[in-house]
Parts: sequence; structure tokens; C-alpha cells
Amino acid sequence: MSETLVSVQDMKVHFPIKRGVFFDRTVGHVYAVDGVDLEIKRGETYGLVGESGCGKSTLGRAMLRLNEPTGGKMIFDGQDFSSLKGEDLRKMRRRIQMVFQDPLSSLDPRQSVESILVEGLRAHDLDKGKEETGKRLRELLSAVGLPSTALRKYPHEFSGGQRQRIGIARALALNPDLIVADEPVSALDVSVQAQVVNLLEELQEQFGLTYLVIAHDLAVVKHISDRVGVMYLGGLVEEATSEDLYAEPLHPYTRALLSAIPVPDPVVEDRRERILLAGDLPSPANPPSGCRFHTRCPWRQQTRCDTERPALRELKPGHKVACHWAEQIQSGEIQPHEVKPILVEEDDGISPDVPLVGPASVTEALNP
Amino acid sequence: MALLEVRDLTVVFQRKGEEPFRAVDGVSFDVEPGQTVGLVGESGCGKSVTSLAIMGLLPKRGAKITGTVRYDGTDLLKLSDKEMRDRRGRDLGMVFQDPLSSLNPVVPIGLQVTEVLERHRGMPRKEAMIEAKDLLDKVGIPDPNRRLKEYPHQLSGGMRQRALIAIALACRPKLLIADEPTTALDVTIQAQILSLMKELVQDLGTALVMITHDLGVVAGLCDEVNVLYGGKVVEKAMRHKLFAEPRHPYTHGLLASIPRLDAAPGEKLTPIKGSVADNIPWSQGCAFAPRCPNALDVCVQVTPAEEDQLGRLLRCHNPVVPGTPAAEEVPV
Repeated sequence: MSETLVSVQDMKVHFPIKRGVFFDRTVGHVYAVDGVDLEIKRGETYGLVGESGCGKSTLGRAMLRLNEPTGGKMIFDGQDFSSLKGEDLRKMRRRIQMVFQDPLSSLDPRQSVESILVEGLRAHDLDKGKEETGKRLRELLSAVGLPSTALRKYPHEFSGGQRQRIGIARALALNPDLIVADEPVSALDVSVQAQVVNLLEELQEQFGLTYLVIAHDLAVVKHISDRVGVMYLGGLVEEATSEDLYAEPLHPYTRALLSAIPVPDPVVEDRRERILLAGDLPSPANPPSGCRFHTRCPWRQQTRCDTERPALRELKPGHKVACHWAEQIQSGEIQPHEVKPILVEEDDGISPDVPLVGPASVTEALNP
Repeated sequence: MALLEVRDLTVVFQRKGEEPFRAVDGVSFDVEPGQTVGLVGESGCGKSVTSLAIMGLLPKRGAKITGTVRYDGTDLLKLSDKEMRDRRGRDLGMVFQDPLSSLNPVVPIGLQVTEVLERHRGMPRKEAMIEAKDLLDKVGIPDPNRRLKEYPHQLSGGMRQRALIAIALACRPKLLIADEPTTALDVTIQAQILSLMKELVQDLGTALVMITHDLGVVAGLCDEVNVLYGGKVVEKAMRHKLFAEPRHPYTHGLLASIPRLDAAPGEKLTPIKGSVADNIPWSQGCAFAPRCPNALDVCVQVTPAEEDQLGRLLRCHNPVVPGTPAAEEVPV
């Protein structure tokens, strides 16, 4: 349990913003993931939560190198995964599989379930003859709770929940060590959501899997995860066991996030104190200086918050937080205050010091 | 008298060469002035079609609507198109789910707000602009003067939804129908919008019909809750009663299948087996019977009638006895 399977060190993914027809000039960057460190132990479930645009999906994809990270590295089972190339990388990918959010668009509509499942086995030389593969496929389907008649069907013949089961079977087919599940249940109806959540838990017990679950729904993440990391604008702001995080959120953002989630119980709803955040998430192309959250933080202080970016530090064993004033906020020394919403520009993130010469598009080039 | 009285509303979609599909099947509910009523259910339960039918937004061809929708004494379903146009936006406001596709992308926000004011209140453009600025201010859009001139794509999702609420409330309607107004938004933005709606509804005395799949949203906002399944209301009660003691196996199952933030660690979820596709038609029995842990033989033979049980309407042959834990089911 205590052995580290994945260790991500200072991971960065910056997407360039390009402009121009003739020369692809880079005029800025979207700082989707900006320096994230995390460790996942073998056999545990690590949950990554945050709102849309906080970089959680990009981080997950960068770990699998579906997006090339700009900086930092990932150590997977003692090997530097981020420096692997070609055939070595391809072989290593067998051990890290992914389950995507939208089960319909991540399954090829023209491939039967059998061909979807066999594809990975063939690519990794695990297809050992017709009989054995057939047996393996039936095992997989029964593991995810589908009848073996499903093999000859196509994705459109299934309901949303069943399609997600196929996606999970595809990830399982290669006996991976780590499964990265990006919003595995958010496209499903609530009654079906619980089926898939339970399935993921059962499979973990059965096959000793390690999960990285990425989701925006804190209640789902809390339910399924052993440890949870909360992301805001490209960085981790808090990391703790799921019980600790819920019982004692230390970062102002986590507090606000927890208080914003509706609980299906009127008694709780009437009593709870809500921390409403003002305004919107700032643009990741032009992130605020210092602490990324200071523009919306009700606990913001005059000093440090807007100048110095807080590092993730361990406040209690196993509970890390990236806030300069976490202790004072917890003890009540600093009280929340009103925050005026700041206009968030839906701009293109072009930094003002880049000279914009030349046309930006074909239309501009033709009609200057 | 109730502000809105929906009685036996039925919407049947008929396509050539296909079996008619009953999307809404005899739905009845009342909305008192100033009250917030919730319609909850999963996708395909008919909650959105109900709202479109009330607003008269369903196509004339292909959709057969029966029953009555009485608003302030007049039956909306009997009104002509022109009469309905006069009422929509003035007496009945609507907020849709996706703010980007319900705003016109090539018209500035300001014009879209003033359009309602000019059409229904006969305001001159200049005056309407001033009113529009106040409206945007009221729904919490910062710097409204500038936002009036901007286009929907220049606003964030939360701001767009605020603009949409401003448009819906421009004529101070007595009834507002909100169809999944926060589903497309992040939780922190959802919390902003919900508290805004709560505030506005209280200030203006507007009645609200809240359509959502999220039981958490309903728990915090609605006075009365209607749970829909397969086009029928299966359970209706005041919110405290409904959440404390769900009697219909579907409501009970839904509540047991939602992971809760305040749940004890290690608590298992109890899903409802199968999916909405496993329904049987209501004419044959109870639509939920194939998925129901409490199903008896009678459930697939006789359609359960709506019964009044001490302030709670229930449509079930074998309701959940209060206090029983959710039945363990093997997922199919």
C-alpha cells in the first residue's frame, strides 16, 4: 500500500497561443498546468477535483503523454516515463490506461465491441490465439457486468451506462497498473452513476488497480477516493485524505467549493453556511500574480497574497495546503470579508508587450 | 386560487410510421403565487417537455397536447399564437439550460434585454436601455454599461446565465420557469446563480417552477417537489417530507444512489438497477416495475393510481416502508 507508483514532479503544460498566417508567432501561453507535484501510491485512488478550466484533465492527459508536458517529469514505477521514446513508450503505455468522459465519442461507432477490446490486446502481443482471447474477452465483459452477447454489438446499441462499462473493459483488457479516469460518470444519469462508481470500486478490489479519478463533482470524488487533490487555475491548492478534506478544509477555495455543493437533504441545506465566491475563474492565459486565488478569496490579506505564490506545504501529516495564511484562517484569526467581483476578460490571452504586426488571419491579409 | 394549474397535461409525439410516444402522461400540479415548485427526474422523464408545453413552445405539428394549463384563470393551451406571444415574456418568463444557445450570438446583450421591454411594456429604446442597465446590475453583472454593448461570446457562462435571467425577469412576470438553469455551470457559479434566483424570487414575489435532475438543488430551493418518471408524477410532497421519508421506490432509490458529501467514509452506494430504457408502458402497469426492488406481480399488470396519503401524492402498489434501507441489488 505504501509503495509509490506514480510520482509527478513539477509538471507543466503550457499551450502556445499562435497568431498570424505567414509566420506562426507565439504571442502568449495558456498556463493550463503550472507546476504540479503529486504522488499516487499503489492500490489507492487519487481524486483530482476542480472546476472547468483548472487544468485537471490536461494534467491527466499529460501524465499519459497524450499532451506533451512542457516541463517536469513523471516517474512511473521507478522509471522516468516522461523521457521514454518510441517503442519503449508504447510498451509502457500498456500499464497506464485511460477511461474517458463521453463514452459515445470515445468508442469508434464502426467497431464492434469485440474489435474494440481486441485492438489493444493485439497491439501489445497479448492476443494468444482465438480460444484464449475469446475466453479473456468473456472474462472482461463479465467483470464489467455485460453479457457475452455484447461482443458482436456496436456502441450505439448500448445505453450510456453500458457504454461506459465498455470503456472500462477496454482499459482493463491490458491488465494495467494505473487507470486514469477522466470524468467517468459525469455524462451519466444519477441512478446509473452509482452503478459505475460501484463497478470501479469492485474492480479495484478484484484486480488491485490504482486509480487517478478526475472529476468536477466533489461528492463523487470524495466517495471514491482515498486521497483528494484540489486544483485551481493550473496548480494544486490542497491535498488530503478525503475524510480530512471534508472534515477540515484548509484552503479558502476548498471551503468555498465544499459549501457550494448542494446536499440532497433540506435539513442540511437550510442550516449550512455558504461561502459564495465572487466573479469567475480568471483566464489561465493571464493568471493573477502571487496566489492564483487572491482575486476571489474572501480571506485575502494585504501582504503576500498578491505578490508571492504560496507553495504546497504540509500543515498536518498527510494534509498539504498552498495558502500563506492557512493557520490563521483555521484559528479564526483572519475573518472573511466581502469581495467585489472583478471583470474577467474573455480575451485571447495575448500579452500586451508583444507587438502585433502582420495579419492575424487570411481575411485580414486580403482586406488590410 | 393557484397561479398556475396544470391538469392532466399529456404530450404525445407522433411521427409518421412510428408508434406514438407519450413524453408527458397526465401530469398535474399547482403553483401558488410566490411558491417554488420543483420537477425532478432523470433524462427522458418528460420534465423539459412539460415546461415547453406550458410555454406553448412545442411544434404544432407532431406534438399532440391535451389537458389544461390554467394561468390566472385562462387556459394557455386554448390561446392563439398571437395571444400567447403577448403573454410569453410578460406574464411567464423562462430560463433555459444552455445560455449560449438561447442568446442570439449576433445581437448585443443590451438589445436582447431591451427587446422584451419594448415589446411588452412599450418603452422607448432610450428608457429601455436605462432599465436594462438596472436589470443587469440587479442580477449581479459587474460594469453593466459596458456589458450592454457586448455580445454573448464575450461573457462567461455564469454571466450569460445572469443575462438570461435578467431578460426573463425584465417584465416582472408572476411565473418563472427555469429549465436546468445551472446544469451547464460549475458548482461555485451554480451556487451564485441559485442564491441570485432565490433572492429575486423573494424580492419580486415571483413563483418559480424549477426543473432539474439534481436533488441537491431541489432540497435547497423548492417548497414542493414533483418526482417524475416516464412522463408521470410518481411522488409529490413538500420537500422536508419528501427527503426525510421518500415512499416511492424510485425516489428512495435515487436518494440512495447519490454520493453525499456528508456521508460516513466507506459507505456504499446503492444504485437502481438497469436504465431508463427498461421501462414498460404505463398503460400496461408501472413503468418503473422492471427496475424496482419492491415490484410485485400486480405492478406489471395494473397501472398504479395516484393516491393521496396525508399531503403526499404517491403512485405505487408497494411503497417503501419508512425506515427501510435501500435494497441491495446486483447491477445488471
